[in-house]
Amino acid sequence: MTQWIDIGPITAIPVRGARVIKTAQGCVAVFRTTKDEIFAVDDRCPHKGGPLSEGIVHGASVTCPLHNWVFDLATGMAKGADQGQIGTYPLRVEGGRMLLDVTYLAKKDAA
Amino acid sequence: MKKLIVIGAGMATGRALEHLFEADPDAYEVTLFNAEPRGNYNRIMLTPVLSGEKTYEEIVTHDAAWYESHGVTCRFGEKIAAVDRDRKVVVTEGGEELAYDKLLFGTGSNPFIIPMPGHDLDGVIAYRDLDDTNRMIDAGGAPGSKAVVIGGGLLGLEAAAGLRMRGMDVTVVHIMGHLMDRQLDEAAGYLLRKALVDRGINICCSANSKQILGEDGHVRALELADGTELPCSLLVMAVGIRPSVALGQASGLAVGKGIHVDDQMVTSDPDVLAVGECVEHNGAIFGLVAPLYDQAKVVAATLLDQEAVFTPKEVSTKLKVTGCDLFSAGDFAEGEGREDIVFRDPARGVYKRLVLENDRVIGAVMYGDTADGGWFHGLIKDGSDVSDMRDTLIFGPSFQGGAQMDPLQAVAALPPEAEICGCNGVCKGQIVTAIAGGAQDLGAVRAQTKASGSCGTCTGLVEQVLAVTLGDDFVIPAAQPICGCTDFTHEDVRLLIKTKELKSQPAVWQELGWKSPDGCHVCRPALNFYLLADWPLEYKDDLQSRFINERKHANIQKDGTFSVMPRMWGGITNPQELRAIADAADKYNVPTVKVTGGQRIDLLGVKSEDLPAIWADLNKAGMVSGHAYSKGLRTVKTCVGTDHCRFGTQDSTGLGIKLEKALWGSWTPHKVKLGVSGCPRNCAEATCKDVGVICVDSGYEVSVGGAAGMDLKETQPLAKAVTEQEAIDMTIAFVQLYRENAKYLDRPYKWIAKVGLDWVRDRVVADLEGRQGLIDRFAISQSVYQKDPWAEHIAERAEVYHPLANLTLEAAE
Ligand SMILES: Cc1cc2nc3c(=O)[nH]c(=O)nc-3n(C[C@H](O)[C@H](O)[C@H](O)COP(=O)(O)OP(=O)(O)OC[C@H]3O[C@@H](n4cnc5c(N)ncnc54)[C@H](O)[C@@H]3O)c2cc1C
Ligand code: SF4
Ligand code: FES
Repeated sequence: MTQWIDIGPITAIPVRGARVIKTAQGCVAVFRTTKDEIFAVDDRCPHKGGPLSEGIVHGASVTCPLHNWVFDLATGMAKGADQGQIGTYPLRVEGGRMLLDVTYLAKKDAA
Repeated sequence: MKKLIVIGAGMATGRALEHLFEADPDAYEVTLFNAEPRGNYNRIMLTPVLSGEKTYEEIVTHDAAWYESHGVTCRFGEKIAAVDRDRKVVVTEGGEELAYDKLLFGTGSNPFIIPMPGHDLDGVIAYRDLDDTNRMIDAGGAPGSKAVVIGGGLLGLEAAAGLRMRGMDVTVVHIMGHLMDRQLDEAAGYLLRKALVDRGINICCSANSKQILGEDGHVRALELADGTELPCSLLVMAVGIRPSVALGQASGLAVGKGIHVDDQMVTSDPDVLAVGECVEHNGAIFGLVAPLYDQAKVVAATLLDQEAVFTPKEVSTKLKVTGCDLFSAGDFAEGEGREDIVFRDPARGVYKRLVLENDRVIGAVMYGDTADGGWFHGLIKDGSDVSDMRDTLIFGPSFQGGAQMDPLQAVAALPPEAEICGCNGVCKGQIVTAIAGGAQDLGAVRAQTKASGSCGTCTGLVEQVLAVTLGDDFVIPAAQPICGCTDFTHEDVRLLIKTKELKSQPAVWQELGWKSPDGCHVCRPALNFYLLADWPLEYKDDLQSRFINERKHANIQKDGTFSVMPRMWGGITNPQELRAIADAADKYNVPTVKVTGGQRIDLLGVKSEDLPAIWADLNKAGMVSGHAYSKGLRTVKTCVGTDHCRFGTQDSTGLGIKLEKALWGSWTPHKVKLGVSGCPRNCAEATCKDVGVICVDSGYEVSVGGAAGMDLKETQPLAKAVTEQEAIDMTIAFVQLYRENAKYLDRPYKWIAKVGLDWVRDRVVADLEGRQGLIDRFAISQSVYQKDPWAEHIAERAEVYHPLANLTLEAAE
């Protein structure tokens, strides 16, 4: 069962930027790329907890602002020589509004 | 298995063992002794280790795994004290005896120490091995420390340049009239001297050292014959080497200048061989690796009873000092029947000289542009008749045959036996064979043939051979591209932005063929800076291409919180401002309030979402952002000057405030810090800032290029200003010149080291019209960029500092 929640218009996020959603399990970062693709991932770098939402977005990747690990936003996998993965969350855009599936957050809570 | 004992784990024996194991891994059981407590490393690369460009680990040529896989018994840190050839045993220092079937001497050289008074003081060292290098590195650690290098040859200059890069104040003392007199003629020596002086190295030629002066057993100064004293805490002697023959002599081998060897590298005892700098062959001794590597091949063959003959070749020299392009080969002394062809281009600092005898090139010296060095070296070695191309000879291979050839064609035209890598004696044919055998890139060619694996100066040539052999499959990588998104260097991109009038990032990506759709975290901040510096009125600053600190106008801390610092002009504040800061600290629960090194107050530990509110409060009290996070003007540190101090000669605080008000808000390639002191007591520590002003009775001494971060640098004097306005003008012009020319993330001192202080001075001091142009362009940029980012963000962007949504309730279901 999915439960989509409206989190706002896509224009609330700068192109090649991110905004944060607070959840009880920690922050989720929502990214917008040059091509207006939207991705939702954990806002915590697996390296030393850097806030990924503050990183530089390029292509469909983000570079952590603390020590420059780069993550693929679609898969959550670290790129290059680094190893690690961040959680990714289902998100869709409808009529310019972003919808997040919060059942995933609940699952994460249960896990 | 037969027993081979090797004395010395140097560059020559290392190579000999490689050839031996390659040809027959099971012929010998090898025991390797080395007086140094380590195995084989690339001695040539000690200079990059000294300058900090490489680490020791990167120059090790044979590691423990290599020795183990080849069954070598390593006895590092153990010296051989004696050899008993009758019983065929070696004796270690500890008195242990080991028997051999074959013995190989590779004891190298000993640096020559002039036995002048004081040579045994602490702090007097030679430049030969890793321990010497480490001693020099340690000596460079003390700020402002001084070094003297005796000897203006290859080694001395490399030591001097390395020490200089470590921040030491270095003087080279050379007995001859010009530097590198054995390799260069006077004109090239002059150009070299100029380049080194630009780098901040002092040079004394025609200077004879008399004695070394000490204090408490440690070196204090060098005294020259004319009575001059050069103070120093480190004295490096690089005046020559002598083959290390003592052990050979004591063992009863035939020894002249070096241990005598025949064409098979066998000494006067048929079971004892010798290789490297310790040998003498037909009256010649050797001091560069190229011939030693040839010898190493012969040694391996002889040990396996194969035929091989060592024939010495002409060697060429290059200086491994970054940015000094220098090449010399052959003989260029004046002499009967010898003719010179000389080419000079003073504006570019290029000088080339060929020495001809009987229509053959016998010597070549080049400075500034050494691209054709390899070709001339080939002509010398082959003894080619050059009468047909005499007219255009000096212009190099591309001019032979009329039309200008591109460098690739020139390489394509080289015969297979043309030598590409001088250090390792690798010719073009071997490289082509390796490529045909599957080596498709530089790394693979290097691994298989060793070409470009030693000093690395032929890397470009090897790449060109790859390019002509592989055709379109191989793209020559340009020197240090900005990042993986492009092949262009920072310098190329800056140039192209100007010449092609590229005024937006997409224009750059498109026109310069970026390989990624929208750059990456490395190139985008650089491009953003270049574009706004060159086109302040047309380009729109891109916050998303800025590192978080600049995007959010606050410094990110390790826990993801931020620090906030209001400007305090020239370090001056008042009770009202202090109260506002204290109130803000209370209101936003600031855990740490810190006074910074730049005389400002830093509020550490502010949450991202509180930033707009704390800024608004500080703005209300009249304070603006201190840009403590920016690649831009940070702080202007001042002392109290004439207002209060009894020594002050000028109003240093006032000048500091004026400078900060003129420069704040400007973006620069890296951070910029200023200091103004009211007298030479220098309480504001102005001489370790990017620009430092020292007020004196007669005016203002402006100096530039200091730093007190990872590297410690003292500023270098730019000029003296008579009036305060002149000091301000020079400072602004300097900052603008830096903005227009430096590579992103190069602090001013790094940039100055590349372009030379003279070049800067010419533009900022001497050329008044040019100075005004710089000031005008700076003013145009400031008309756009000098604004308080805090106020701007509160008005326009406050919402992005807050979460997009708060789902803490939903998620809790
Ligand atoms: C800083 C520096 C930069 C240089 N740059 C260049 C360059 O750019 N190009 C170039 O061609 N050449 C350069 N050279 C010269 C080059 O390094 C030498 O020609 C080469 O290293 C000599 O090799 P080798 O094997 O004969 O001697 P080494 O490499 O000196 O090895 C000899 C070894 O034998 C050991 N040894 C001596 N006596 C004993 C004993 N009784 N028992 C056990 N071990 C002993 C020594 O400790 C030493 O480790 C440079 C040299 C230096 C120091
Ligand atoms: S630098 Fe000179 S003028 Fe300034 S405070 Fe120190 S002593 Fe006084
Ligand atoms: S915390 Fe992200 S790279 Fe270190």
